[in-house]
Amino acid sequence: MSSGQLGQLLASKEVIIVCGPGGVGKTTVSAAAGIKAAHELGGRILVLTVDPARRLATALGLDQVGNEATQIDPERLTIDGIEARGELWVAQLDTKASWDDLVRQHAPDAATRDAILANTLYENVTAKFVQSHDYIAMERLHDLHASGDYDLIIIDTPPSRHAVDFLDAPERMAEFFSSRLLRWLTVPYRSKLFTAASKPFYSVADRVLGQQFLREIADFFLLFQTMYKGFVERATEVQRTLRDDRTSFVVVSTLEAASVNECQYFMDALDERDLHLGGVVFNRALPKYFTSRPASTAARKLDRHCESLAAELALGDYAPEMVARVISDVATGFLDFSLAATRQAETKARLVSAPGVGVTTLALLAADASDFETLTTISRSL
Amino acid sequence: MTLLDRRLIFVTGKGGVGKTSVAAGLALMAASRGQRTLLCDVDAKGGVAAAFESGPLRFKPQEVSPNLFAMVMDTEESLNEYLRIQLRVPFVPRLGPLARSFDFVASAAPGVREILVVGKLAHEVRQNNYDLVVVDAPATGHVVGQLASPAAIHDLVRVGPVRDQTAWMLDILRNPSVTGTAIVAVPEEMPVTETIELGERLQEETEVALAGVIVNRVLPELFSRREELVFDRLGTTKAMELLCADAGAATEKVFAGAELAVRLRRSRAAHIARLRDGLPPATPMLFVPELFTRASGIRATRMLAEALEDEL
Repeated sequence: MSSGQLGQLLASKEVIIVCGPGGVGKTTVSAAAGIKAAHELGGRILVLTVDPARRLATALGLDQVGNEATQIDPERLTIDGIEARGELWVAQLDTKASWDDLVRQHAPDAATRDAILANTLYENVTAKFVQSHDYIAMERLHDLHASGDYDLIIIDTPPSRHAVDFLDAPERMAEFFSSRLLRWLTVPYRSKLFTAASKPFYSVADRVLGQQFLREIADFFLLFQTMYKGFVERATEVQRTLRDDRTSFVVVSTLEAASVNECQYFMDALDERDLHLGGVVFNRALPKYFTSRPASTAARKLDRHCESLAAELALGDYAPEMVARVISDVATGFLDFSLAATRQAETKARLVSAPGVGVTTLALLAADASDFETLTTISRSL
Repeated sequence: MTLLDRRLIFVTGKGGVGKTSVAAGLALMAASRGQRTLLCDVDAKGGVAAAFESGPLRFKPQEVSPNLFAMVMDTEESLNEYLRIQLRVPFVPRLGPLARSFDFVASAAPGVREILVVGKLAHEVRQNNYDLVVVDAPATGHVVGQLASPAAIHDLVRVGPVRDQTAWMLDILRNPSVTGTAIVAVPEEMPVTETIELGERLQEETEVALAGVIVNRVLPELFSRREELVFDRLGTTKAMELLCADAGAATEKVFAGAELAVRLRRSRAAHIARLRDGLPPATPMLFVPELFTRASGIRATRMLAEALEDEL
């Protein structure tokens, strides 16, 4: 089978992290890449989405995608009578369940485990507030990779304000657990001795948050500290997975100016962190013919000549005025889109990419890629 | 009651739908109507600065257009302001340890970052510093946590100054004639689905009212049904030969483009219908046409403001 720009990357890596701004079709690209890999490479392929919305489920036509992976029916993967060589699995990240798993793994004993799971703050941190997503996504990716159950894992990530956050999440987690702040917060409960350094902090924190809230925070961190060693080790391992030679990043963007700016920002962030950029995918590009000069010349001619052309065509059933209007609308409609296409081409030219990074451009589809067939079609142009 | 009769509007939506442009357009329109307006870029991605070609913005609002002030959110500065104004904590520079550890506190203590954002914005409303505050809020999913944070903190903290603080914030956020969310959508599969879901989540998990949905990038009606029949006839071999003889062989590409435009419009119209069905019945919907322009920055923002003006 033929192999496009991304084919080689899929064949040579074990983890592909698909990132980029929101709304550019990361899930579509991830799912299509998964289909392509299952077809061409064989083995067990997993597509994991960490997006809070249930996008992958809709795109893959599955009702339920939970933390447990679900296999896509091999029959659906059959293209033109050719069966896929590999298996395609999909899973969605369940933040709360993943945190619970992590606590169960690292808690020193049953009592601490239960105390953490029942702690009000713990519930809030894991369920209500979004930052916890970033770390747990990378943690889960690491876990799945380490399990050896899959030959290739393609992970679809949250939008890039958080994408950079998730790159740094493992490091931040490790830093956090070894931070002075944690020691300060927990000091009054570990010993009666207030250090000189923690006093001013406490007087302010007390005033802002109140005794009782502070106590709860301290409880939470005291409990969490019992898992310190395990957590820091894990975070370091997770960090290693991101840097591993077998891991690569694919940045997806549309050709909207704002989207390309974010894409550039993200590419720079990868570069700064020495992470491997494997490819760029421009999604929903207007077809090339919109920037063709003969076509826009033709459109202008059609618009100018619409009346004489309508008379010459003599479509008996329809008034010449109406025919002329349709010809003119077709022409001006084309010119509108060619303006947009020119803007897209200019935007694309602005993006600075490292040499050797493959750029794939996917054409705008009239309908959304919400069914499996369309995903399969897209997988062939990757 | 229209969108701009409120005092505080959180403009949100799935990434890539033009949330920032719409927020900028709304703020510009309000300002041109004479409302003293504050526009806040919460994500600090620089989108608002680009929309007004203002150069980098800071936490302290600056006038980017007559009557229109713009700022970027900075949680650390917001914390400083909060300590100074609300809690009268003196000598902010001496908060060294707290400032340095702020990032850790913010990522650890739930909702700290969120409440500092919402609190700052509600504060501007409470002080009557502006007639209208427009927020370029975080994208789908994240905005819910942000708007829910005062209530979450309110539940967690049972006494003390923080609880008093959340109480007045909630008074502002809960009042539908004062505060509302506006979701920006584009007529495509996922954005429509997520807009409907977000509307439901905002209703269930926050106490902020849904003030309206703004559908961006609506394609113009190209043909009536009868005109579509004419279009089909023009695509037949005989008609196409005649057209190509006049305008050149590339005429076929022009028609291919029109065909794509027609199909796009049809699929988008279906998504608009689905959106209307999925939203609570009385939700106001505004439509902004796809702006075919190479303009960017302030010119594009003006075009968007004019398009919104036509809708309100």
